[in-house]
Amino acid sequence: MSRGDRFLLDLSPEGGDEKNMKIGVLLKQVPDTATKVKIVNDAIDESEVKWVINPYDEYAVEAALRLKEKAGGGEVVIVTAGPARAVETMRQVLAMGADRGIRIDTAGLTLDPYTTAVMLAAACKDEQFNIIFAGKQAVDDDCAQVHIGVAEFLQIPHVSPIEKFELNADLTQAVVERPVSGGVKEVIEVKLPAVFGCEKGLNEPRYASLPGIMKAKSKPMKELSGRDLLQGKTPLLAQSQYALPPEGRKGKMISGTAHEAAKELVRLLREEAKVV
Amino acid sequence: MSGVLIVAEHDAGKLKRSSLELAGKASALVSELKGDVSALLVGENVAPLASELGKVGVKRVYCSPQGSANALAEAIKQAQPSVVLATASSFGKDLLARTAMRLGVGLATDCTDLTVEAGKLKARRPIFAGKALVDVVPGGVPQMATVRPNSFPPPQAGSGTAEVVTLTVGSEASGTQVKEVKQAEAGVVDLAEADRIVSGGRSLASADNFKIVRELAGVLGASVGASRAAVDAGYISHDHQVGQTGKTVNPSLYIACGISGAIQHLAGMRTAKVVVAINKDAEAPIFQKADYGIVGDLFEILPALTDEFRKVLKE
Ligand SMILES: Cc1cc2nc3c(=O)[nH]c(=O)nc-3n(C[C@H](O)[C@H](O)[C@H](O)COP(=O)(O)OP(=O)(O)OC[C@H]3O[C@@H](n4cnc5c(N)ncnc54)[C@H](O)[C@@H]3O)c2cc1C
Ligand SMILES: Nc1ncnc2c1ncn2[C@@H]1O[C@H](COP(=O)(O)O)[C@@H](O)[C@H]1O
Repeated sequence: MSRGDRFLLDLSPEGGDEKNMKIGVLLKQVPDTATKVKIVNDAIDESEVKWVINPYDEYAVEAALRLKEKAGGGEVVIVTAGPARAVETMRQVLAMGADRGIRIDTAGLTLDPYTTAVMLAAACKDEQFNIIFAGKQAVDDDCAQVHIGVAEFLQIPHVSPIEKFELNADLTQAVVERPVSGGVKEVIEVKLPAVFGCEKGLNEPRYASLPGIMKAKSKPMKELSGRDLLQGKTPLLAQSQYALPPEGRKGKMISGTAHEAAKELVRLLREEAKVV
Repeated sequence: MSGVLIVAEHDAGKLKRSSLELAGKASALVSELKGDVSALLVGENVAPLASELGKVGVKRVYCSPQGSANALAEAIKQAQPSVVLATASSFGKDLLARTAMRLGVGLATDCTDLTVEAGKLKARRPIFAGKALVDVVPGGVPQMATVRPNSFPPPQAGSGTAEVVTLTVGSEASGTQVKEVKQAEAGVVDLAEADRIVSGGRSLASADNFKIVRELAGVLGASVGASRAAVDAGYISHDHQVGQTGKTVNPSLYIACGISGAIQHLAGMRTAKVVVAINKDAEAPIFQKADYGIVGDLFEILPALTDEFRKVLKE
């Protein structure tokens, strides 16, 4: 048995198991991107934060829902590591159409990408997903690491970020498109199970419908203890000296006709800013 | 364990400028961290590039045909560095994340400054899309970090030479295989690496009108960026989007044309060294984040600016 095989259900069309496709989504609750960041006692002050689904994770949710619809069955399971407030974003995703949720309770724990990935991988291992979708990065810590760690700890492949996703006819492989530098894209064939980090452009996430919102209330939600899953593992990143970015912009306004202003701007960029 | 191992990237037979920047910074760091600078170079027939690295202070270059976590882990095993650095590109971020998780060591992503404190690497990095900054000390050995392009000046080439070591890495059953590489549409340069960027917003009002942005960019040797509103309206492809859900850029000059300055746009260009804003609304928030501002109609100002640059840059 090669590595990863133990996670694989028989997905061949003859096996008829495509209806059992089990799809995991790693979902993080993050501050709204319009939130003004405040720093208190060398930490981010979260007291006035409005919490939302990590924008990239919305593409992951949509990819999972579409895959289930295409397969004509199966299950979409969301996995979140977070405190009690994270239940709210999980409910939103259940309202979009996910089937059930697993929350790893992180109350009282200090986390980093490593420990978060350890916990998520442990929860995913028990679920034996055929495929796991995540965001390419969480817009609070901007680490772009957690989902890659989950793939590493499950010993399965990952590709991140992806802008296109398709399942091969035999359902054991995916073909994805990954943007690299300068507008170049790699078309990559990936053996399942695997982890995918989703990028904007992959799809247009749907909104929750009213019946969806009603149904979400009764969908199953399981809670696991983060402390138990960690088995004593501790964070690898020590963070300190939180600060707001220096403003330091000159804010010099240039007036005159289009021609005069253009001339003055070019002069300033050459003589004062020395960037041209 | 001592010294710094960098992951060097190349394109069309040339080392990337961002990799030279890393080599320069690594040389500065080893004066405090002890040891020397080594590099991992991925690809076929990369030995000629190794001598280029030698000239900027790299003492040993590990050449590997594949850029897998196995290859980096092997280079680390041989070089025994106390710090591993890569560019914060798709390739570098991906490779270091997988390797750091495998080795159980800490990785700081997308750093904009690196220092040594008490013999340890300390990395300054933006979080919350640049709305805050934090210092990170990655735990374990080696300490790892990915660094944004244009964070450090490229070094002067000297006369050093590098020893070349060919790595043999068992071909990894990675489960992924690149089937095809689709080249970019003509003229798309890597925004993340670009030293100058001219960006256009929704106000350009059509794909065709974007040519006035392209013309200015052309004269300046700049890359073309865009706001999400311009991308969503179909004026230009998503490859050009700057911001929270687009590219994070770090140029020395950023010219924002008809862009309001929404917080998600600022997230992508906040670290630009000099920002110019052109907008007809004097109250547009972008002016609060600009070094130089012109209030006016971009359809008049951009052509005038293109003419003016053309004139002075010819001299
Ligand atoms: C989760 C999330 C992620 C997002 N990610 C991004 C992102 O990555 N990048 C991004 O850019 N946005 C992003 N946005 C969208 C962002 O909030 C703004 O909507 C967007 O940046 C606005 O683009 P704009 O400035 O081109 O358009 P507008 O806000 O419509 O501004 C147009 C500006 O052009 C000026 N103008 C009009 N005509 C002229 C003229 N003739 N001459 C000069 N000036 C003129 C106007 O005064 C105005 O200031 C995101 C939003 C969300 C919610
Ligand atoms: N606490 C978490 N719970 C669930 N998924 C997470 C968590 N943190 C990160 N992820 C997933 O991993 C991706 C990358 O996160 P990050 O490494 O923090 O940038 C996110 O887009 C999520 O899909």
